[in-house]
Amino acid sequence: MNRIRFALLGLLSLSVLLLLAGCNKKENTESTQPTNAPASAPAATPIDQATVGSVSGTVKFDGAAPKAQKIDMSQDPACKGTNEAENVVADKGDLANVFVYVKDGLGSRTFDVPKDAVVLDQSGCKYHPHVLGVMAGQTVQIKNDDPTTHNIHPTPKDNREWNESQPPQSAPIEKNFAREEIMLPVKCNQHPWMKMYINVVKSPFYAVTGPDGKYEIKGLPPGDYTIAFVHEKLGEQDQKVTVGPKEAKTVDQSFKAGGM
Amino acid sequence: MLPLCDCPRDRENAGLFSRAIAAYGTKEFVLKAIATPYNRRLHSFALFTACVTLLLIVAGALVTSNDAGLSVPDWPTTFGSIYKMPHMVGGVKFEHGHRMVAEFVGLLTIALAIWTWRAERRRWLRILAVAALGTVIVQGVLGGLTVRFYLPPSISSAHAAFAQTFFCIAVCIAMFTGQRWIEETPQVEIDTRRPSLFTLTLLSIFVLYVQLILGAMFRHKGMSWWPHVVHAAVVAIVLTWTSIRALSVYSRIEAVKKPAILLLSLLITQLCLGFAAFLTRVAWGKEALQPELPMVISTVAHVAVGALLLATTVVLSIQVWRHVPVAFEERAPGRERTPQAA
Repeated sequence: MNRIRFALLGLLSLSVLLLLAGCNKKENTESTQPTNAPASAPAATPIDQATVGSVSGTVKFDGAAPKAQKIDMSQDPACKGTNEAENVVADKGDLANVFVYVKDGLGSRTFDVPKDAVVLDQSGCKYHPHVLGVMAGQTVQIKNDDPTTHNIHPTPKDNREWNESQPPQSAPIEKNFAREEIMLPVKCNQHPWMKMYINVVKSPFYAVTGPDGKYEIKGLPPGDYTIAFVHEKLGEQDQKVTVGPKEAKTVDQSFKAGGM
Repeated sequence: MLPLCDCPRDRENAGLFSRAIAAYGTKEFVLKAIATPYNRRLHSFALFTACVTLLLIVAGALVTSNDAGLSVPDWPTTFGSIYKMPHMVGGVKFEHGHRMVAEFVGLLTIALAIWTWRAERRRWLRILAVAALGTVIVQGVLGGLTVRFYLPPSISSAHAAFAQTFFCIAVCIAMFTGQRWIEETPQVEIDTRRPSLFTLTLLSIFVLYVQLILGAMFRHKGMSWWPHVVHAAVVAIVLTWTSIRALSVYSRIEAVKKPAILLLSLLITQLCLGFAAFLTRVAWGKEALQPELPMVISTVAHVAVGALLLATTVVLSIQVWRHVPVAFEERAPGRERTPQAA
């Protein structure tokens, strides 16, 4: 009787393991295939290119910029060189890595999803870029140029979470995100200092500020818009703007140190 | 027969013990454990299993503190393989190291269950050894599920709580197979106080479990830090009450005195470690870019001492159950209240 109990217990454990292994295989198969935009997606709303305008400007950091924190990469000998935190990069008051996008004002317009992939590179045990913009459904191609294994682990609120490892010199991983989500964190659990943010939006009207704090959003149809400036540490600030036909509007923004 | 001093309390206890024997029927029933032969090798093996389990808890705590839980994305395989050793760098060395120690503990538990089943005469201990094996299987599956579902706080916390439950079982098996447990003549004193010391030890286990779950939920980002910190005061009061009662009233019983002293010492250590963990993680480490060494050391030590504290409380509870049986008053309508031994 006891032997039968042991055998049943063993079988049960084995079944659970096999079931889980089976689930893993299925999930991996699904996750390596980028999902295309839904077939039933409505056609893009035409935009009169003769009237489009643009919004550009500079994002500033008010006050003394914090000194970039040093990162200790000694956990992995393959991660050579120095590494500094990119959570607040403000050189001479110009704030980098701010995601700027049209938050409101586009109405029910729909847009084609670009066929070109957006590239996220891992080199020097760091993500390049640190802040990325992508349209919902657009492919994100993730490359590993490091001589070590990374794992890419987005922790979204509205999209599906996944976690995959990428050995050195392996083929790029291609993924996409179905739903709009701002400042979606991505991390590497093997190298806990590696963090970046992906911003998934429905329109092509977005930009990320460079080291000089500058951004530009082109091809915007005339209209009243809310422009959102989002920073991973400093939060979000919005500005209303009216763009006339062929108008190039300048919209600057500043973040205060107190927002940290 | 009983190593009691010639004092009124012990004379009273001796009388209660005689009544306990009368209530159970025979003296042999009360002291049945003496009939079990001591198996030194089995005891050493059980002790070794308990020690490696503590090491496993430390390894698991290192995974959480280093945020390395998902550095190996698959389970039960590691990077697609069951037997290949991955490159042990970064978070992988913590996660895969934890899996290796866990597999070793699993093998030890299988061996312990089989050995105990074959060599042990006490049926309840054989069942406990099989229960240990069941616990370690559930624990392994919970560990796998937490990886498969990207560390959900509820599963990760259950994994943490089960780890310490298994550790307590391993410690108990080591104690039950020990020479002292098997060969000593229990030194018995009847507990007439209310709440009884046994009740206090059970309450201590309960508050420690609540604290364990609150701490695990905080560590796994399922809850704020403050319930764990507030409940620490409750734990401190209950455990101090328990150990002071044990030491002040039953200090002559070595089997009660030793775990009570250890309990008090571990409690003080744990409170200090908890304070250090709070400073390094909550107060100073909130904006940390990566897990910092002081935070890792303090939080891992806090988890390990927490496990020792829980196991010590369980040991104390069992020793109190054995050495300090509770006297109770039988309340029967129309009958005179007579003290009885439980």
